[in-house]
Amino acid sequence: MTLTKLTLTEARQGLVARTFSARELVQAHLDAIERLNPTLNAYITPCPQSDVLKAADAADERYKHQKAGRMDGLPIGIKDLFCTQGIRTTAASAMLADFIPPYESTVTERLLKEGALFLGKTNLDEFAMGSATTNSAFGPTINPWKRADAPEIALVAGGSSGGSSAAVAAGLALASTGTDTGGSIRQPAAYCGIVGLKPTYGRCSRWGIIAYASSLDQAGPMTRSVADAALMLEVMAGADSRDSTCSPRPVPAFHQAVGKSVKGLRVGIPSEYRVDGLSPEILALWEQGITWLKEAGCEIVEVSLPHTRYGLPSYYIIAPAECSSNLARYDGIRFGLRKDAPTLDELYEKTRAAGFGTEVRRRILIGTYVLSAGYYDAYYLKAQKVRTLIMRDFEHAFNTVDVLLTPTAPSAAFAQNDNVNDPVQMYLNDIFTVPASLAGTPALSVPAGLNKAGLPLGLQIIGRHFDEETVLSIGSALEKAAGFTHRPTLYAGAGA
Amino acid sequence: MTYVIEGQTGPWEIVVGLEVHAQVISESKLFSGAATAFGAEPNTQVSLVDAAFPGMLPVINRACVAQAIRTGLGLNAHINLQSRFDRKNYFYADLPQGYQISQFEHPIVGAGRITIELADGQTRDIGITRLHLEQDAGKLLHDQDPSHSFVDLNRAGVALMEIVSEPDIRAPEEAGAYLRKLRQILRYLGTCDGNMEEGSLRADVNVSVRKAGEAFRTRCEIKNVNSIRFVMQAIETEALRQVTLWESGQEVEQETRLFDPSRGETRAMRSKEDAHDYRYFPDPDLLPLVLEQEWVDTLKATLPELPDAKRARFQSEYGITFYDAGVLVAEQAVANYYENVARGRDGKLAAAWVTGDLFGALNKRGATIETSPVQAATLGRMLDLITDGTINGKIAKEVFEDMLETGDEPDAIIERKGLRQVTDTGVIETAITTVLEKHAKELEDYRNGKDRLFGFFVGQVMKETKGKANPALVNEALKARLKSS
Repeated sequence: MTLTKLTLTEARQGLVARTFSARELVQAHLDAIERLNPTLNAYITPCPQSDVLKAADAADERYKHQKAGRMDGLPIGIKDLFCTQGIRTTAASAMLADFIPPYESTVTERLLKEGALFLGKTNLDEFAMGSATTNSAFGPTINPWKRADAPEIALVAGGSSGGSSAAVAAGLALASTGTDTGGSIRQPAAYCGIVGLKPTYGRCSRWGIIAYASSLDQAGPMTRSVADAALMLEVMAGADSRDSTCSPRPVPAFHQAVGKSVKGLRVGIPSEYRVDGLSPEILALWEQGITWLKEAGCEIVEVSLPHTRYGLPSYYIIAPAECSSNLARYDGIRFGLRKDAPTLDELYEKTRAAGFGTEVRRRILIGTYVLSAGYYDAYYLKAQKVRTLIMRDFEHAFNTVDVLLTPTAPSAAFAQNDNVNDPVQMYLNDIFTVPASLAGTPALSVPAGLNKAGLPLGLQIIGRHFDEETVLSIGSALEKAAGFTHRPTLYAGAGA
Repeated sequence: MTYVIEGQTGPWEIVVGLEVHAQVISESKLFSGAATAFGAEPNTQVSLVDAAFPGMLPVINRACVAQAIRTGLGLNAHINLQSRFDRKNYFYADLPQGYQISQFEHPIVGAGRITIELADGQTRDIGITRLHLEQDAGKLLHDQDPSHSFVDLNRAGVALMEIVSEPDIRAPEEAGAYLRKLRQILRYLGTCDGNMEEGSLRADVNVSVRKAGEAFRTRCEIKNVNSIRFVMQAIETEALRQVTLWESGQEVEQETRLFDPSRGETRAMRSKEDAHDYRYFPDPDLLPLVLEQEWVDTLKATLPELPDAKRARFQSEYGITFYDAGVLVAEQAVANYYENVARGRDGKLAAAWVTGDLFGALNKRGATIETSPVQAATLGRMLDLITDGTINGKIAKEVFEDMLETGDEPDAIIERKGLRQVTDTGVIETAITTVLEKHAKELEDYRNGKDRLFGFFVGQVMKETKGKANPALVNEALKARLKSS
């Protein structure tokens, strides 16, 4: 049995049955990281092996005494945007290259409480700003998938949670946490052939997650199956008095939604997502998804989300506006990088110039601009109004349908060098994921097939606010129909 | 009473509005659980939220919201059931987040008013535009090292109420009266200690001048004035500067200025062009602040009696003058003290003792009403002893002095010193006999028409009885004796 190929659910069954120990499970992953991480750069900071093994032994003890938690002994990756107590947390920025938080984020605390084992901190775009994990101060993450026609080309893992998606795809973690602001869970999940769930805004606490755009940021699971996503979200979600925007709603038993019949559910197909120039492969996969759901008993309904085309421009005003303010705290005074200078203003300038990469600086500048006197109404306020219209689009659509089905991304993973010098082209990767982010609705990406070059493609299911359950039901129906069992070129189980 | 500046081109009137920053009395900060006590060791009252560590989020402190509502109610102001927090963005070393969480567009409290009283006894209403909640910044220490500055974040994140007045103030005296009244109300409410030296109350002063009947002219803002006296001085100085500018054909530029009390001048700090662009926007970490009317009503019902109401009640309930009532309600502790003395007694007598002998004694000792050596109940007991004739007013002064020194009860002092008033007419008659015998000459003069000498005889009889005789009885008996003999 290749322990690095298991789902969370399978691994937990194995641990309960004592088919293998947590130590064995962890050791397999530590070996995989040692072997593949130098190539993939999925982890910025792998945790010290001795620490993880010690934690695994403790998990084994708990299994022995039938006191195991819901995630006990399961080795996972943590996006390096979650503050982890005593473990360096960088946000993939030179600004925080040496930052060791004295506190644990709410989400990771909940995972630890249920016994999850952290293998390390996964790579991302600096401060989660990017769609390819190429904006990391610690170097890009390489997608473990290769084009059949050009296996020598290094592809991007998607972003910003590209380290997490690559690790899960390549067998360097059973699952990972991600965060999604405009698609940062769903798009890398699609690029790496795994499942990624962005829950409803407010489902998971943001406390202890380094902020990019506060009104959009949301943590979620990145896994090998829909059932795993449900299991992990159950642990991650829930009320938190330390985050005012976190919902007090009770957390449903998400796993019960998985595999539930979807017969009679109404699936909306938003016509505006058939954008010009969408690749025929993606269109074909979308059609295939529609067919699968029809066969599963769903009713397919054509719907309209008329303000879709304004989603991306609005997002790229609102998110930078919030980030320009959120990142003001990185000033060299209290923590993180400091470049000393004779005056305070120079200290700010030198520190921030040295600490922030190009894309972060670009977004801070855009955000500062759109909030400035004289431009606020034309940009920020207008974007907020558009956001309201987009929310209404979704509300309106959800009056007639239960979920929406769309492609996750407009293309498969692209080469490391593509789009690097064209930020707008890069931003277009988020075109299908951004609307649900602006609306705060839950959305799931499920791997549904391969393109001609043998790269994975994902389909996205968007649901009503706080109705992750229906999203998961539809997602598992798609998963079942698609029967996606392909493995990337580089993965831990692929021989030595 | 109108305040005018006589310029070369005629009289000018001044237009003043005040923005007061009042530190909220609360256990913990506006958005974090850190303590707020003044004077702690630097950086010992700082949470991860206050220091703006990555991933930290603000959570509104309900107690601070309650304080803002109570203050709004105390200022007769409209409470906005829905308000919002915005971020005011700027970089400074005392501002860890790089933004201050404030309320820009939608404050928690809307329009209200304060009634001020001027020296001539006239009252005026000054409008309150709004009150909003915001975070205080930390403090920079420049005097610890020759080449470095230090930051103390104890104050960072403490709740402030910014209370903005309408430009209704027309004289430096009115500004002083406004600040004193505002401070008094805040102290009554227990929402701010009003201590200007410690910086828990700070004022920004907006000043402009104009000819009678004109629209407003350009104003200047004088930042961070830290005493009422300086506020009044700053207004005078700045108004004169502006009159001089206008009259010499120049323009007043809208700018921020600082008042330098040692040189008696205001100085430009930054002009409108250099003004920060604060890039206000709604704080996405916080939900809109929605209040339930029921909660506001509860807070209203439990508001303490405020100075104006108390003053009116003291006048009607205790029959004291408007002036005395004003003196007695100036501080809540004094008002409580007075009321404990006056309740069930002669209110005027109580007022005379509290504002006269007691205040004098406290003043001399550098004591306050809280540290008074004489408790209200003790003073009240002494008044009872005056009223029931046990002692007379003169002896009471002696008893009171003793009370101040020893803290003893008046009954014990009277007993110890044998000060009980003499009401035994036999004793008084004997004393009169002695006095009249001793002063035969004066008696003769009296009989010859020197009526004024009656007072002399009263004095002598009192002296003979060591002051303890009941003066009314002495009067009566002496009159009878002088008539008969």
